Amino acid sequence: MSGKDYTKMWEGLGLNLENHAGLLGALSKAYTDIYLAQKNRPKAMEYFDFVISEVHGLRIEEIVNAKESGRKVVGTFCVYVPEEIVLAADGVCIGLCAGAEVGSDEAEKFIPRNTCALIKAFMGFKLSRLCPYVESADLIVGETTCDGKKKAYESFNDITGKVYVMEIPHMKNAEDRKLWLSEVKRFKDKMEALSGKKISLEGLKKTAAVVNAKRKALQRLSKLRAADPAPISGLDALLVNQVSFYDDPQRFTEMTNKLCDELQERVSNGTGVAVKGAPRILISGSPMAIPNWKLHAIIEGSGAVAVGEESCIGERNHRDLLDENFSNVHEAMEKLASRYLGIDCACFTPNTERLDNIKALTKSLHADGVIHYSLQFCTPYMMEAYKAEKAVTEVPFMRIETDYSMEDFGQLKVRVEAFIEMLK
Amino acid sequence: MKKALGVDIGSRFIKAVLLEGGEFSVFRSLDTSFDPLERCKRLLEEMSAETVIATGYGRHLLEVHTDIRTITEIKAFARGARAMFPSCRTIIDIGGQDTKVISLNDEGIVKKFEMNDRCAAGTGKFVEIMAKALGYSLEDFGHVSPEGQAELQINSMCTVFAESEVISLITKGVGREEIALALHRSVANRVVSMVRRVALEEDVVFAGGCAKNNLLRSLLESGTGKTIKVAENPEITGALGAALYALEK
Ligand code: SF4
Ligand code: SF4
Repeated sequence: MSGKDYTKMWEGLGLNLENHAGLLGALSKAYTDIYLAQKNRPKAMEYFDFVISEVHGLRIEEIVNAKESGRKVVGTFCVYVPEEIVLAADGVCIGLCAGAEVGSDEAEKFIPRNTCALIKAFMGFKLSRLCPYVESADLIVGETTCDGKKKAYESFNDITGKVYVMEIPHMKNAEDRKLWLSEVKRFKDKMEALSGKKISLEGLKKTAAVVNAKRKALQRLSKLRAADPAPISGLDALLVNQVSFYDDPQRFTEMTNKLCDELQERVSNGTGVAVKGAPRILISGSPMAIPNWKLHAIIEGSGAVAVGEESCIGERNHRDLLDENFSNVHEAMEKLASRYLGIDCACFTPNTERLDNIKALTKSLHADGVIHYSLQFCTPYMMEAYKAEKAVTEVPFMRIETDYSMEDFGQLKVRVEAFIEMLK
Repeated sequence: MKKALGVDIGSRFIKAVLLEGGEFSVFRSLDTSFDPLERCKRLLEEMSAETVIATGYGRHLLEVHTDIRTITEIKAFARGARAMFPSCRTIIDIGGQDTKVISLNDEGIVKKFEMNDRCAAGTGKFVEIMAKALGYSLEDFGHVSPEGQAELQINSMCTVFAESEVISLITKGVGREEIALALHRSVANRVVSMVRRVALEEDVVFAGGCAKNNLLRSLLESGTGKTIKVAENPEITGALGAALYALEK
């Protein structure tokens, strides 16, 4: 996709070069068809286009260089893993994506067919040696969220030998908070041991500011999408959220703020990506990892705009800031634990905060309808969809279950279009 | 007199309704074939309507190749069914690839709908394949009597597995009528539970080609406990709805 030849680097990381070329080709084609074909894109999206074109190039080169200079690379699969701790140990934190149907055959040697597409994909990417992020990671942090992930990490560790699992409680009572705090501390110790660097108060202060700044930029983006006409497409905003998981955090924040400046101007001028009054849809549910752009593409290809993602690649990732008001490492751990336990993932019970958040977002983003998206076989979100449906009473609501394949594209399109017809 | 055309491009048939001066004028039904675009183009020439709206699974075919506007079959069915039965509130359509249940408010606006996702279970395709497996023509398949037979169960909803279940029943010597009834019952049960999920409000209209199947209709009636209305030619519903929208353009 990019000009420079990275073959040597990829070879060094042990990638399967032939299949990898195929993957990049497919990604580049999908990106051209779905993204570059959009009209009225903000100029500042050029940076994100560039990031995607270098997703396995320049960014990997940066990571390889960081490793050479002694920094550790940590891959995560869940927004519960405290990024601040990784950064405070001078690590590089990468949210591993797994948003494409890759290596399912290989994956099915370890996990059953009816596993959610995300889990299948992270197994598949590893087994087919296609992801340079996984290959360059020194540590992969798993967590006890859903059953599928929990068990898959066991096999993932058999294959990579690099998995460390954080125990995430499934309720939010006092005992659970205690457990989670001790898990956050255990993770800090783990990071110190891995990096050979002590995590200091000063370091935590610095990284807390870095991560909060990133969250604030994403919050700003999210708020700007409340305008009608929407200043940015849902596809582009989703992409920015996806990129936030693996780009350098400071550079990302700067570029996202730049994008927001431009969007601010659009809002003041009353210009946008769709006509004023175009139907606005809030998407809620399972995470959409790169390059999972399927639902957004269908929605926006049918004349509506996706105005928000109540999802881990979206609101759940950036809604809450970390309270930076701590004066020793222990206090920092407490603040971190409480910030992260505030996340409203469907793996928790009860999880009524999420329903409130969906309602609040529907309102603040002026959504005309809500589409609940669950990955097939993702029991937590599939179940919660029914509760969400009951909770959202002001606007139409539709439940969708799908995966990464394109088999059901036609049927989904009918459903989405008919849903949009209902909103007009 | 204004000529308005509605074209419903389904997975099995292309149906077209022409309205002239607001009155029903022509209905045509063609096999979708392997070249539906060519068929549609010929149809358009033949009918020479001023306004056209396309609907159905293949609607985008026309949108891409001409500047014809499209609506989904949900919207088209809602309009078409209301035209035939003005007090219709619930529509059942067992289509070639998907089965849908649509619920309308008392003004005829779509309130909610459900569609089966991805697999052929409970769709017209399922009915067709099973008719074939039992050696029935599609017309005769729906004329099996619902009475006087044992409560045979077909357990599998998957088309492929159900077909092998049927074959093993045949080899066990179970009567063809009995199997046919069980198959219809399995489709009807699935549809009834879909109806219950969406809303069961009268009038309930069974639209689309499968509505000609009397057995399905009576099983749906006993399953829902409601009278189910079927138009004289239920297969035109979608095309009629599209034509009515075309008339307004
Ligand atoms: S959905 Fe839950 S388990 Fe998955 S990434 Fe989000 S917080 Fe983690
Ligand atoms: S999408 Fe659902 S099933 Fe899949 S990993 Fe996340 S929580 Fe688990």
